[in-house]
Amino acid sequence: MKRLINQRPGRVLGSTLALLPFALVLLAYVAASAARLADNPDDKLLPSLMTMADALVRLATEPSRRTGEILLWADTAASLARLLTGVAISMMLALAVGTATGLIPYLRRTLSPFLAALAMIPPLAILPILFIAFGVGELSKVVLIVFGILPFMMRDLQQRVEEIPGEQIVKAQTLGGSTWQILLRVAIPQTLPRLFDATRLSLGAAWLFLIAAEAIAAEQGLGYRIFLVRRYLDMQTILPYVAWITLLAFTLNGLLRRLNYWLFPWYATGRAK
Amino acid sequence: MNIIEARGLWKEYGCDTVLEDVYLSVAPGDFVTVVGASGCGKSTFLRMLLGEETPTRGQLRLDGAPMPDEPGPDRGVVFQRYSVFPHLTALGNVLLAEELARAPLIARLLGRPRRDALARAREMLERVGLTNAAHKYPSQLSGGMQQRLAIAQALMKNPRVLLLDEPFGALDPGIRKDMHALILELWERLDITIFMVTHDLKEGFDLGTRLLVFDKVRHDPHAPGAYGATITYDIPLEHGARAAERLPASVRSELSSTPDEESA
Repeated sequence: MKRLINQRPGRVLGSTLALLPFALVLLAYVAASAARLADNPDDKLLPSLMTMADALVRLATEPSRRTGEILLWADTAASLARLLTGVAISMMLALAVGTATGLIPYLRRTLSPFLAALAMIPPLAILPILFIAFGVGELSKVVLIVFGILPFMMRDLQQRVEEIPGEQIVKAQTLGGSTWQILLRVAIPQTLPRLFDATRLSLGAAWLFLIAAEAIAAEQGLGYRIFLVRRYLDMQTILPYVAWITLLAFTLNGLLRRLNYWLFPWYATGRAK
Repeated sequence: MNIIEARGLWKEYGCDTVLEDVYLSVAPGDFVTVVGASGCGKSTFLRMLLGEETPTRGQLRLDGAPMPDEPGPDRGVVFQRYSVFPHLTALGNVLLAEELARAPLIARLLGRPRRDALARAREMLERVGLTNAAHKYPSQLSGGMQQRLAIAQALMKNPRVLLLDEPFGALDPGIRKDMHALILELWERLDITIFMVTHDLKEGFDLGTRLLVFDKVRHDPHAPGAYGATITYDIPLEHGARAAERLPASVRSELSSTPDEESA
């Protein structure tokens, strides 16, 4: 008998094992839901899968009586717009500031302690300030996301630039490169794939801040909807929404990973070594 | 006129003396090889030639002018590792030299200048035998091919002097032989000056027209950092001649037992 650390599941068994926890949770839910509904057919806490499917179909196809919009898509569009705007702004700022502070000692000494202190501020604690300063519209939500994920991304990129072997920076100088050219042709291209990695790792936090901001002040959005219908114990809306948000986050994560492979073929092959 | 001129050069880090009283002049066309035990300051001396380090005392001159205190295109370099850019193909690595020189703002060439630069880059790749690997990334190349690429990249700038910091130290013996042939051929054909640090005594004798040995003259067992190393032997070589016998046996055994890892 081989040691446990040397035993590996085959392809089929591996996939089955991966699905197993999902199936178990689903099974437990169905059983619990059935038990509660048997006691009280009007129970709202654990709706049956059929009820949730009905609710989801209604949310995804029927226009709302109040606004005339189809709720699920309108909420998704509003949330994704906020999330992607925040993430895109963070990516650009992180790349610009992170590579510059990583490469230029004067900038690093000037900005590093300040950015480290900034990163220590709990973003949710300044949410009221954002609402006061930028109003309760889209801007404050985007700013919250940026504030929440930018410090980590910036410091991550700065570290990646500092990790570029000194030999390469010297080599670039012996090829006649100026600071600007080295930033443009050595530091930025080599940290771009890291930027996508850092973004992937920040997505969870970005969703957190998005939903928090939407829960407090919004007129539509996935987080807004969940917190709105909470008042009516509307679990048949909340649970499909949570599943949908999870699916969106999962897809974005996979998309960024793929993008890294497509855009930077040297990155994957270099790391495999 | 000497290309490199060192007069009474000292390098100290706090209380530690690394180099003391180094005198050296290198004439154009010399192939200088430098050997010495680990930590003897030969790499420190190379870094001073690069401009990464400045001497504590004494003068270091390049073409009669004070050595610039940062790396520049007049001194090409190949390190043991990390000498090429992993995010560029072989062709892109060589092309970068032209792009940096001719496009100060965007560091990229377009249109006709790019075609000219590409032609030069391809020619240089052909010279080091990498024509077929032009579109591969460094991680797809073997160690020897990566060093060929690093040499090609450095030669694009026509440097006054080519600095080699144990460039073949990480390569297999067979590959190393090929690289020796390549570097000698380039040196003869392009008429360049080469300054090469190595821990392989035989390599030093085989390649150089002149071999320098860095070593400490004085030792204080109670304060290992008190005295620095200097050039203890400066041996003119004729290619093909077995000149190793000119070194005392004690020095030879000390150098050939030098471990592969070179620190600082």
